[in-house]
Amino acid sequence: MPFVTADDQQSSYDVIVVGSGAAGGQSAYTLCMDGAKVLMLEAGRKYTAESETPMFQTPDMAPLAGVATPDKVFGFYDATVDGGWQVPGEPYVRTTEDPSGSFWWWRCRMLGGRTSHWGRISLRNGPYDFKPRSRDGLGFDWPIAYQDLAPYYDKVELLIGVYGTNEGRENTPDSSPGCLLPPPAPLVSDLLVKQRAARLGVPLIPGHRAVLTRALDHKRNPARLHPGNPSAQKLTAEAMRSRGACLWATPCNRGCSVRANYQSITVHLPPALASGNLDITTDAMVYEVTLGRDGRANGVNFIDRTTGRQRHASARVVILTASACESVRILLNSRSTQFPQGLANSSGKVGRYLMDTVGSSVRGQVPLLESLPPMNEDAADGHQLYVPWWLYKEQLAGKLGFARGYHIEYGGGRHMPGYTTAAGIEWLTGGSYGVKFKQDVRRYYGSFVYFDGRGEMIPNENSYCEIDPGGLKDKWGIPVLRFHWQWSEHELRQAAHMQRTFADIISAMGGRVQGVVETDGAKAIAPGGFIIHEVGGAMMGVDPRYSVTNGWCQTWDVPNLFITDGAVFASNADKNPTLTIMAIAWRASDHILERMRRKEL
Amino acid sequence: MDRRTTIKWVLAASASWRLARAGSTGAAPATRVDPTPALKGYGTDPDLLKTYHPGEVWPLTLSVPQRQLAGVLADLIIPADEHSGSASSVGVVDFIDEWVSAPYPDCQRDRPIVLAGFAWLETEAAERFGKGFAALDAGQQTAICDDICDPSRVAPARREAARFFASYRDLTAAGFYSTPPGRKDLGYIGNVPLTHFEGPPPELLRKLNLL
Repeated sequence: MPFVTADDQQSSYDVIVVGSGAAGGQSAYTLCMDGAKVLMLEAGRKYTAESETPMFQTPDMAPLAGVATPDKVFGFYDATVDGGWQVPGEPYVRTTEDPSGSFWWWRCRMLGGRTSHWGRISLRNGPYDFKPRSRDGLGFDWPIAYQDLAPYYDKVELLIGVYGTNEGRENTPDSSPGCLLPPPAPLVSDLLVKQRAARLGVPLIPGHRAVLTRALDHKRNPARLHPGNPSAQKLTAEAMRSRGACLWATPCNRGCSVRANYQSITVHLPPALASGNLDITTDAMVYEVTLGRDGRANGVNFIDRTTGRQRHASARVVILTASACESVRILLNSRSTQFPQGLANSSGKVGRYLMDTVGSSVRGQVPLLESLPPMNEDAADGHQLYVPWWLYKEQLAGKLGFARGYHIEYGGGRHMPGYTTAAGIEWLTGGSYGVKFKQDVRRYYGSFVYFDGRGEMIPNENSYCEIDPGGLKDKWGIPVLRFHWQWSEHELRQAAHMQRTFADIISAMGGRVQGVVETDGAKAIAPGGFIIHEVGGAMMGVDPRYSVTNGWCQTWDVPNLFITDGAVFASNADKNPTLTIMAIAWRASDHILERMRRKEL
Repeated sequence: MDRRTTIKWVLAASASWRLARAGSTGAAPATRVDPTPALKGYGTDPDLLKTYHPGEVWPLTLSVPQRQLAGVLADLIIPADEHSGSASSVGVVDFIDEWVSAPYPDCQRDRPIVLAGFAWLETEAAERFGKGFAALDAGQQTAICDDICDPSRVAPARREAARFFASYRDLTAAGFYSTPPGRKDLGYIGNVPLTHFEGPPPELLRKLNLL
């Protein structure tokens, strides 16, 4: 039972999983390890990391030195297939082009979804992050608490491999012993940032990323993951044994042919396929969940992209993991007499409370880092160190003027030269050319530092999506989304605070800021969707009147319909969402298995 | 390509994307977000494992005299020295031709800047020295470039020429530092598989007072 065409699918499955990224991969893995028969439907094409990843290709081998173009928005060698903020033939609509009020929807069309390209930053939400409304009266509490998810964070870390350390910091949880891999050694620039930021009271600690700094413990981890399930232990151990450790080279956003970082296709899907319990159909664009007369979901309708024909697949349970907005779109397009405003939408909350991450960045140049001797600083491709949110007390004392925090992702070092290495450096060189220019480029190479803030956005009434009232459809005939977006003062002030902080750190390093420090938050903040952490739209809650699912990701309206991707997030902490998506998906899938065993599903 | 560069690039390029109005109700105007269908680049799913050469995906378009001038100017910006060869010796002319011939918005934006810059150089060379730019001696070429190399202190009449020179220097450097000799010149020694990553040498950290 591996890859099947629409013609070769079984007549019915236990579970249909719509999507194959972090949520889909985790859901399918968990279900298959316990014997459920699963059909995974992926809208994009089949994609194979082992044979398609450009591991050591250099910019001179690519068109235009590998620079980003509208065809490949993160550069030629980025793993993304048929993706970006625009997808050919699959438009969407937004209400304004004003950068501070527009939403940009990032998608791709490939097996594994965005997990081949993503940054691998894997931070746990902390206890505060699940109960934000109880703390400051804004937004919503989750119906679950950190303690509910903590065992699943442990499991995900043990399965996919995450490096990092336990630092015992406020709202920045420690992992259980043995869950984390050792962090990579910091670079010169990391240590300089750490030394100088400390003078400002800004702490740097090892980052957490889903990269194997050493091989996973295939003897110990499987038993911790699947107690009492020898078959799952065996499959997981085999999958772990077949993954290589990091080679300390080549950017992770290309994917990894030795499977040293987490991608759904290299970590979740191989053991699930080896179980014999998973069928995968690619090029299957799901547009509708179908309902039986009993009001329960009985399957999905999809377009077979290879033929353009409409097809149906059947199952006892349907799980949407298509990414927050795509899952919302499927629900809103699943209209019936019983659900005229879209499936599972009796609350009217489907599509509501979309959130992204607050992003803002400052670049600087640091004389202390000039003309360093040659050394290999490829490391684990960044995030050796980071700054967790550190101003809880000041915020509590009302000194900041905004709610919720941000963490700082920092970059520097002697990375692969290319298009940006010497671009626009006349602000430092006085416009040199000739032999002097070559000397200048040597001098400044590796002396630039980048600070990116990643902050929490509070859900609001004016950031949402709906089916385009103008009736626009994509090339498959599926109605498209229209996006509305608005930041609150909290996000805008936070972005301005990031700018000031980053400029202060650069100054403390003896460096110079490139360009202006933007004090106007509306200009400092990246547009909605740019950080590609969009979550919400089918929020979990305790009350069916105001939420779409319960704490088990089960829709209130349709008991055998679940959503295990970012759509169910009730808040969007500064922590990057992927690890939490996987933890939620694992927990919900365990619940589904339990309910199926009890014949309730 | 990091996300920060991408954001800047996308915001700059968004103005040139097609923003057709879609029918919508309510007060809010709506724009349709859709790629330009006319774009004929390498597409959204190119083969990432093969090695590409300029002229392979889209034709090169510079004339022989333009390519000659392109090489002369690129070598004024990156000449041979004791560390590495000149820009033209590692194929930068082909890179620049590929760039200004490409269908993408950044490239289409740069093409008229580069072509107008070339024309300006020829006119300036003829007016000041009575010859084409390529035929000038090094001192004459430098005299012209000195006038336009620094946008912060350029005469108002030469502002466009300075904008061209800055763009051209960026393109030349992009072409040069993307190649193996360019990487070697900078002392880049990564992109090789390692069994362990040790971090920076302790003696360097001690020297920088970071230990």
